[in-house]
Amino acid sequence: MLLLACPWCGPRSEEEFSCGGEGHIVRPLASAEMDDAAWGDYVFMRTNTKGVHYERWCHANGCGRWFNIARSTTTNEILAVYQVGDNKPELPK
Amino acid sequence: MTAGKNRLESGGRIDRAQHLTFQFDGETMSGHPGDTLASALIANGVRVVGRSFKYHRPRGLMAAGGEEPNGLVRLRTGGRAEPNVRATDILLYEGLVAESQNRWPSLNFDLGSLNDRLSPLFPAGFYYKTFMWPANMWPVYEGVIRRMAGLGRAAETPDPDRYEKQYAHCDVLVVGAGPAGLAAAQWAARTGARVILADEGAEFGGALLGKAEEIDGGPALAWVAAIRGELAEAENVRCLPRTTVTGYYDHNALTMLQRVSDHLAEPEPGQPRQRLWQVRAKQVVLATGALERPLVLANNDRPGVMLAGAAQTYINRYGVRPGQKAVLFINNDSAYPVALDLARAGVKVAAVVELRAQAPLGWLSRLDEAGIEVMADRAVVAVEGKKAVSGVRIGKLNAARDSLVGGMGRRIDCDLVCLSGGWTPSLHLLSQSGAKLLWDAAAGCFLPGPIDQTAAQAVRVVGTANGGGNLQDCLDLGAEVGNSAANAAGHRRRGRGPRSPKAATTPDETPILPIWSIPQNGTSKAFVDFQSDVTAADLHLAAREGYRSIEHVKRYTTTGMGTDQGRTSNINALGIVAGALDVDIPEVGHTTFRPPFSPLTFGAVAGRRIGPLLDPVRRTPMHAWHQANGAVFEPVGQWLRPYYYPATGENMERAVNREVLAARTSLGIMDATTLGKIDIQGPDAAEFLNRVYINGWKGLAVGGCRYGLMLGEDGMVFDDGVTARLAPDHFHMTTTTGGAAHVLDWLESWSQTEWPELSVYCTSSTEQWAVASICGPNARRLMAELCPEMDLSGEAFPHMTWQSGTVAGIAAGIEARIFRIGFTGELSYEINVPAGYGPALWQAIMGLGEKYAITPFGTEAMHVLRAEVGFIMIGQETDGTVTPHDLGLGRMVSSKKDFLGKRSLTRADTMREDRPQLVGLLTDDPMIRVPEGAQFIAGSDASPPQTGLGHVTSSYYSPNLDRTFALGLLQGGHGRHGESIHIAYDGKAVRAEITVPRFLDPGEAAK
Repeated sequence: MLLLACPWCGPRSEEEFSCGGEGHIVRPLASAEMDDAAWGDYVFMRTNTKGVHYERWCHANGCGRWFNIARSTTTNEILAVYQVGDNKPELPK
Repeated sequence: MTAGKNRLESGGRIDRAQHLTFQFDGETMSGHPGDTLASALIANGVRVVGRSFKYHRPRGLMAAGGEEPNGLVRLRTGGRAEPNVRATDILLYEGLVAESQNRWPSLNFDLGSLNDRLSPLFPAGFYYKTFMWPANMWPVYEGVIRRMAGLGRAAETPDPDRYEKQYAHCDVLVVGAGPAGLAAAQWAARTGARVILADEGAEFGGALLGKAEEIDGGPALAWVAAIRGELAEAENVRCLPRTTVTGYYDHNALTMLQRVSDHLAEPEPGQPRQRLWQVRAKQVVLATGALERPLVLANNDRPGVMLAGAAQTYINRYGVRPGQKAVLFINNDSAYPVALDLARAGVKVAAVVELRAQAPLGWLSRLDEAGIEVMADRAVVAVEGKKAVSGVRIGKLNAARDSLVGGMGRRIDCDLVCLSGGWTPSLHLLSQSGAKLLWDAAAGCFLPGPIDQTAAQAVRVVGTANGGGNLQDCLDLGAEVGNSAANAAGHRRRGRGPRSPKAATTPDETPILPIWSIPQNGTSKAFVDFQSDVTAADLHLAAREGYRSIEHVKRYTTTGMGTDQGRTSNINALGIVAGALDVDIPEVGHTTFRPPFSPLTFGAVAGRRIGPLLDPVRRTPMHAWHQANGAVFEPVGQWLRPYYYPATGENMERAVNREVLAARTSLGIMDATTLGKIDIQGPDAAEFLNRVYINGWKGLAVGGCRYGLMLGEDGMVFDDGVTARLAPDHFHMTTTTGGAAHVLDWLESWSQTEWPELSVYCTSSTEQWAVASICGPNARRLMAELCPEMDLSGEAFPHMTWQSGTVAGIAAGIEARIFRIGFTGELSYEINVPAGYGPALWQAIMGLGEKYAITPFGTEAMHVLRAEVGFIMIGQETDGTVTPHDLGLGRMVSSKKDFLGKRSLTRADTMREDRPQLVGLLTDDPMIRVPEGAQFIAGSDASPPQTGLGHVTSSYYSPNLDRTFALGLLQGGHGRHGESIHIAYDGKAVRAEITVPRFLDPGEAAK
């Protein structure tokens, strides 16, 4: 049961959130020019990271806002919480 | 009534002035407050308390606490009956009723014990190999096995008690109220930190309760009482006895089961039986103690074989004598005080058999003073007796300790055998937290590995759980860690650091001599896991058969898989497997500890979410009218919708037919309130809709309505509905009843994350509006009376438009939104009024509609009506694998713009000609209604095997057509209109004609 710090509401229990999976996947604009493999990669393929994973969460049972986090998939440590649209943050070594 | 014949004259933490009567297997006995069922049974001379899982061997109590593997009983009767409760955990109360388990017909004479003699048929993995062939006999074998093996019976009637849940936050959660936990809680509390101290026992004190220790020159329990008092008075401390921490989850979230009323016959008024806590702790201090291991030797399961520490606890804490004449067999120092306590309690200690070559000198002299013989460099090699221990055989082991020197030696008569094979720190919770455990070969146990305090799990371990065996160490480390955990949580105490009391000194310790099994000359069973009936021989067999990983050995032999999760057996099993494989224990690894640490009742897990509180129920404002008019309801998501309205004496079929006919021939009315409604506003609203729907929205005029389909990025249809343009920057979207929440989430996620440049706001308005949908040839006539100010002509108010107006007879000036849309193909109006006016609107329509015999219809009639005209139903014609083209709605797909899922529609797979496509179906026999889900097959012979060509998605009888009809998804179906296909179900094949998916045309009247 993770403790996630919603950027608007503060630390709340995981059960208030829904996870939107991997972050920083940009929807292709020129999709008509893409071949099936490239489009399929966008729609279906996700990384299965051991270590730092950048992912999207929504405070679904709270303020309803989406945000990004960097989480260690091995220790579940939350290394950063940042806004949608921001670049991946620098993480402490 | 038997008196407590094994009750000592004095001592113990029991109230001798009061007597409690209880029943075990129908026999009435007596005990005292402070007893557990286990101690009371021992006091009454009961030796056999249960039969073992597989071999049905008679078993007695082996432990005094939560690690007890044998003494599982069915507690209470009726709806309160609870199976598999450990007798050592049950606090005695007046009128307690308990029953032994796993025996038939009785504990004393059990037919299942034949299994013991047939045991060559039940080796490790017998379940997997003996009974798997021939395969068709498995159901027979399974029935027999399930009757013979297994534990208790669940209650047959509902549990009358209440269970609760509670959430809590704290700075420091201390798990375990033994000496280390009490010291930690005391010094954490003194910083002002919010502390929770939880212990599974009824009393705080942990191991001190069962021993005769001294602290600061007085009885240790006086020190316990003083701290208990200090903590009870502190406002920042919550003390929870009878509370087991059962799970350690991410980010220091822990669950605790508080047994609020289990020590009573019934909960007191207003009290729950149990309470499940969910705690978020900034810091966790685990003072979970250690569990003693038995030694694995021939017939070590006979009633009267007991862990040494348990025997000591029965004497000191409960004032009962677990036997008359004892032999101790040990490989470490911890059991020497037990020998002295037994002797002091009047138990004749025949011998202490010491595995190590040299008994520790300090203890040797103390035992000598007490007249107790110590036999060093010897082993108990077999226990004798069947329903009770009658004696032991003493032998000498060779240097490698893998065989006997000189065979079975001297016999000693006794009725109690106390075993101590060392102590296993109780690190289940630490392991659940994600921390690593490290094997300590000298100590013969796993100890906490280095814990990274910067990691998400802030946890510290103290006391014997941390490997510290010495009371002084436990007190010192507990105080220090309690203080530092509070500091880490942001609380600091001014002045001097923590000070510990002084414990009485014990002689210097001699290292343990770990041994995992005692060799024997025969083939007697030497048990490792008592609860799952796994012997040393079973583990050796698994190793011979090629099992290498302890995780596989565990599953194959079932060792450690009982309700005790192998508390007393895991380490012995590891040692035996490592020995059989000739590797070190760390190479074998240890099994994963998973929550819950102790079994949880379903009641505690469910809490208050049972019966009507399981899930919220949503009702429309018109619900009371539906109810008063005899509606049968159907759950749709959380909504309750009228399913059909049977008239007196009508069954469902006749009611639905009547409702369907009325809607097509005169006038029907349906409560459409539950349809999802989303209010979409903003300058970019039209552009936003353009991106989420497959069709175009920018050209929709204000006042217009349009049907839209939404796809996932995979190109599959997931929702549909009609959306109306209220103003240039304002839309009213409708969704399916069940999909409303998901659609709103979907819109929000795109608006917030991918298109933040679009200025658009989405708000759920489902509950704001009550909606009555009227349809049928008389709909316009009724509307003329309902909204007399409105021009209802086809030119002024055409199909797929909406208008704002007022409804005559309900509060003046209240805006109604009237949409000329419907789901039946008939002339239809959907009248939306603010939710509170729903009942008035409904009443008004019903009054005006009387002359047209207006007929309310439910969801089943709605399904028939929409299928007659070929309208799809999301979730019925779609299942997440269906594209707009598959549904024959490809013409809606805009070529002028991009939208979610568009590119997927031109993937090679979504363009296949042979995809399942929506068709209509008319069976040759017009009265056969094929079941939904039935498969299409190529030929007319339904015998297996078959290749499915698709399936029936909707199937009804139409009173308008006076025949059945169906919709289905058939491979390449769009090109097969006019052909026939066979539909297979119940072993037969029914022929049907393939048609366009539209069976009825309401014609001009609906325009």
